[in-house]
Amino acid sequence: MADQTPDFDLDYAPAPESTAVVHLADEYGLFIGGEFVAPRSGRTFDTINPATEERLATVSEGNADDVDLAVASAREAFEEHWRDTPGTVRARYLYRIARQLQERSREFAVLETMDGGKPIRESRDVDLPLVAAHFFHHAGWADKLEYAFPNRNVAPHGVVGQIVPWNFPMLMAAWKLAPALACGNTVVLKPAETTPLTALLMAEVLQDVGLPPGVVNIVTGAGDTGAALVEHPDVDKLAFTGSTGVGKQIQRSAAVRRLPLTLELGGKAANVVFEDAAIDQAIEGVINGIFFNQGHVCCAGSRLLVQESIAEGLIERLKERMTRLRVGDPLDKNTDVGAINSAEQLARITALVESGVEEGAVLHQAPCDLPGRGFWFAPSVFTGVQQSQRIAREEIFGPVLAVQTFRTPDEAVEKANNSPYGLSAGIWTEKGSKILWMAERLRAGVVWANTFNKFDATSPFGGYKESGFGREGGLQGLGAYVRDVEALEVGGGSL
Amino acid sequence: MKAPTYAPVPTTSVDEVVLEARAAELGSRSIKTSSKRAALHLAIRCIDLTTLEGADTPGKVASLCRKAVRPDATNPAIPHVAAVCVYPEMVAHAAAAVTGTGVAVASVAGAFPSGLSDLDVRTDDIRSAVAEGADEIDIVLNRSAFLSGDLATVHDEVAASKDACGDAHLKVILEAGELGGYEPVRRASMLAMAAGADFIKTSTGKIPKAATPAMALCMAEAIREHAHQTGRAVGFKVAGGIRTAKQAWHYLVLMGETLGTDWLTPDLFRLGASSLLNDILLQLGKLDSGRYGGPDYVTVD
Repeated sequence: MADQTPDFDLDYAPAPESTAVVHLADEYGLFIGGEFVAPRSGRTFDTINPATEERLATVSEGNADDVDLAVASAREAFEEHWRDTPGTVRARYLYRIARQLQERSREFAVLETMDGGKPIRESRDVDLPLVAAHFFHHAGWADKLEYAFPNRNVAPHGVVGQIVPWNFPMLMAAWKLAPALACGNTVVLKPAETTPLTALLMAEVLQDVGLPPGVVNIVTGAGDTGAALVEHPDVDKLAFTGSTGVGKQIQRSAAVRRLPLTLELGGKAANVVFEDAAIDQAIEGVINGIFFNQGHVCCAGSRLLVQESIAEGLIERLKERMTRLRVGDPLDKNTDVGAINSAEQLARITALVESGVEEGAVLHQAPCDLPGRGFWFAPSVFTGVQQSQRIAREEIFGPVLAVQTFRTPDEAVEKANNSPYGLSAGIWTEKGSKILWMAERLRAGVVWANTFNKFDATSPFGGYKESGFGREGGLQGLGAYVRDVEALEVGGGSL
Repeated sequence: MKAPTYAPVPTTSVDEVVLEARAAELGSRSIKTSSKRAALHLAIRCIDLTTLEGADTPGKVASLCRKAVRPDATNPAIPHVAAVCVYPEMVAHAAAAVTGTGVAVASVAGAFPSGLSDLDVRTDDIRSAVAEGADEIDIVLNRSAFLSGDLATVHDEVAASKDACGDAHLKVILEAGELGGYEPVRRASMLAMAAGADFIKTSTGKIPKAATPAMALCMAEAIREHAHQTGRAVGFKVAGGIRTAKQAWHYLVLMGETLGTDWLTPDLFRLGASSLLNDILLQLGKLDSGRYGGPDYVTVD
């Protein structure tokens, strides 16, 4: 009897992650002084699911008054108790936060995907595990700061203003909150306007672990809210992750007040593939480098520099590999590339891609059926790209790769460094000495060898040039949240 | 066909970390509902139902063949497997049992599982198995020659074995777990394909280091490179340690996403296994009834 079952092919049946685990409120206030309060501004905005354009919740838009209240709350918590709270106690809160986030990680992962559009596979397997790891790591430091900064007398800055982007909402919040709290600072955090929900859900965790009111305050809003936080006179330190344009404005403001500042900004990373690389794995690395999180990654490998001797074959295989990318519903467990975060970002990507075509580069897009609603962009690769074209210079922040070739290692270094940015770079070769030779010469804060987009709480992350300054993660990242003081100033055994 | 003469085969290097990460990523694919049913049916159609024991008897082989032809006596919609795989002594019994059913007879041959006897003895072994009715021959790569760097001998022996097969299909077992890493596996894969192998196969099932998804991915990538270079589609057989339906569909995913859907057919993909079939039948039963039947609801053959 003939087998009536349809053939198994790569059109896998839908495998959606259930959203039942997420319980959203209809409207969220601002998290100030340990509770949700209505915004003084009286203003709200909706946050939507970029894959469906459906409204998820209404969120408060904080104005200068709200920021003022949040900063006052953070100041009070700092002065009253937090700076005198022993490191062992701060560690206990951080451990509790880490464990709670692990326990609720599916809920957070699903919400991160709903609000931001990234594939559930990534929020589940990358974002949330790293978030928990970051809190665990810094919990370990909280009572050991004298070993982190030997022969120095350090104290917390005080009230820290932190602004995080929409591409890794939870992870960037964790990168900022964990070291700040470990070092004894209090915080006012502003999440991005398109992805505020996981930060607000995290406020629940902060309440559940009994973190004292005012130690962390979360003020949602857009650019004006962020500006109010940056301009607030009672903020002692600023940390920002986002675009280079906004970063420059913040630096101007902070410079006038000599405010300590760390900036983690844009990038246009070169992923350099030599002819002696493990080719099949290099292709995986190139794919991961640019299509991870739809290319909404500041350290994305958005420029592929491939040695001319292997370029033709490698590009063919890259295109073949792109046909296997599964683009669609971010909540489907088999999705590789999800939704573009917002209509605004989609417009920016579209405009830059059009400029690439106009400037004469050859566009190739993965064949895929994009959903009718929501914001989508097919994985794209440009060949025949010249160094002078916009797509080779400007950060696209989307699933668009610009391919260029080089002849010698010297030329690879020259082209890789010839960018206003310097956040990350990748080297693909099986020759160890060439990795070291390249790494010494690449002006990038992170250089990956035979891998890409790997993060770890112990490893400092940050950029050169227009990619910003300061580091997050590792001892260097921790160091951004303390200042040197005279021995006498260290009161109450806070460290 | 003239046997190919040995020429050094260029092989790209393999990065262990990224290879294993990619294999793990493919292993996280979630195969549900209609896809799961389709995958399970395809997996059955790709099975080389195997018994390779010194204690094998004509009776045991007859029982295995019955199972191969009709895996589930209560459900005629379940397809037959691709082949039964036996020792040369059992080929005639197996051939008699499956004749006219569409199930092929595969025989290990060539001093399986070590491959360490005189080449003439091994090729005679192959010829004899083919003469007894084997449609497919599974030989082992000469790891001794490979590990001592004598790649020409490895190549020429595979070519001679292919010649001895006549019209029978030749599968070359690399025994990947003995080769010392992914890069030698890639090199051995390229060598065996250049020498004329119709299939390359991971393992004999006779050593503790069984097939792994990363090893399979490494070999599948070699097959892809060979296809790019020559236009010839070489088949892949994964064997050793595959016991669960979930493992089986993950190998199908790995093949499909690495080599394309062209390879998702018994002509180019095989699963060498014995207990796997019953787990697949149990999973299919669960899809039909919503309940998991348990080991006493499938036949032990």
